[in-house]
Amino acid sequence: MDKTEILIVCSHDEILKTIVRLINSNTSMRGTGANTLEQALTLFKSTSFQLVLIGAGLKPEEEKELIENLNRLQRKVPIVQHYGGGSGLLFTEIFKALGKKTPLS
Amino acid sequence: MAQSILHTAESRDKSDHGWLKSYHTFSFGGNYNPERIQFGALRVLNDDWVNGGMGFGEHPHDNMEIISIPLSGALQHEDSMNNVAVIESGEIQVMSAGTGIYHKEFNKNADEPAEFLQIWLFPNQRNVEPRYQQQRYSDDIFKNKFKQILSPDSNDSGVWIYQDAWFSIAEFDQETTSTYALKNKVNGLYVFMIKGSAKFSEQALNERDGFGIWDIDNVVIKAFKGSKILLMEVPMNY
Repeated sequence: MDKTEILIVCSHDEILKTIVRLINSNTSMRGTGANTLEQALTLFKSTSFQLVLIGAGLKPEEEKELIENLNRLQRKVPIVQHYGGGSGLLFTEIFKALGKKTPLS
Repeated sequence: MAQSILHTAESRDKSDHGWLKSYHTFSFGGNYNPERIQFGALRVLNDDWVNGGMGFGEHPHDNMEIISIPLSGALQHEDSMNNVAVIESGEIQVMSAGTGIYHKEFNKNADEPAEFLQIWLFPNQRNVEPRYQQQRYSDDIFKNKFKQILSPDSNDSGVWIYQDAWFSIAEFDQETTSTYALKNKVNGLYVFMIKGSAKFSEQALNERDGFGIWDIDNVVIKAFKGSKILLMEVPMNY
């Protein structure tokens, strides 16, 4: 089964590592982290992501620029702001963004 | 016209980790229910029971207003802002996680469980500087009358957070009817029955039930003897 590719953009290194680890603990997902706007755009051009999560630390203008650039490159990929910095809300954010009715659907 | 939603105690998801039993009013962790994600800005309402001496190891948070209200026992808290504190029943703690914090919390007592509500609200701005606040609310008389314990204003009663939300709590030793007037008409009110039973408008509520109501100006509360009630007024446009 192909894994759901998820790009996480977060400038807080330790939180970024935590979110990537949590996503990769799910066998149906693969998380890739970027801690700068530039890195996120480079990764987005080279990998076919199904979802982008924007975590903590980007300035409002960087978030805006990121979203504009991602939409220009691939408008259909959902871009979601991540809240909470850990496992509490993460999988609900992912399942909701991917339109899942249940975790396995 | 008033709209409402009832979340009975029995309808909540439960996580049992042995040392931690947690009842989730809204989807949390691995529990996902697209019909139960949030009530406006109120995203998490966990009813946690932590065994003696056990607790949550160091873990991160960001961009969330995290409120803890112990109901019995005491929690030892340490965080990356160098706060070391004990919070116990009768107190409220808030962390604005903002750009990111680490913390850990343990049941301070080895021989008795700690019971607390963990409540998360979406912040009204992202990436704020993290902050911590703790306050005792039970030193003042609040029997049979709602006391405000949280607001968006540092000069108002209780702790403050980065959200246009107001929390109040009351404990009743006699049947009491009161009216709660919303501070902001675009907000909704979420009620959590900590103990006992009550009626909100015409809705009967029992222990650990949750009830959300919106598109209202105020709500009439009939609290029965022995009840303890938490009111959470939150923005609905989330």
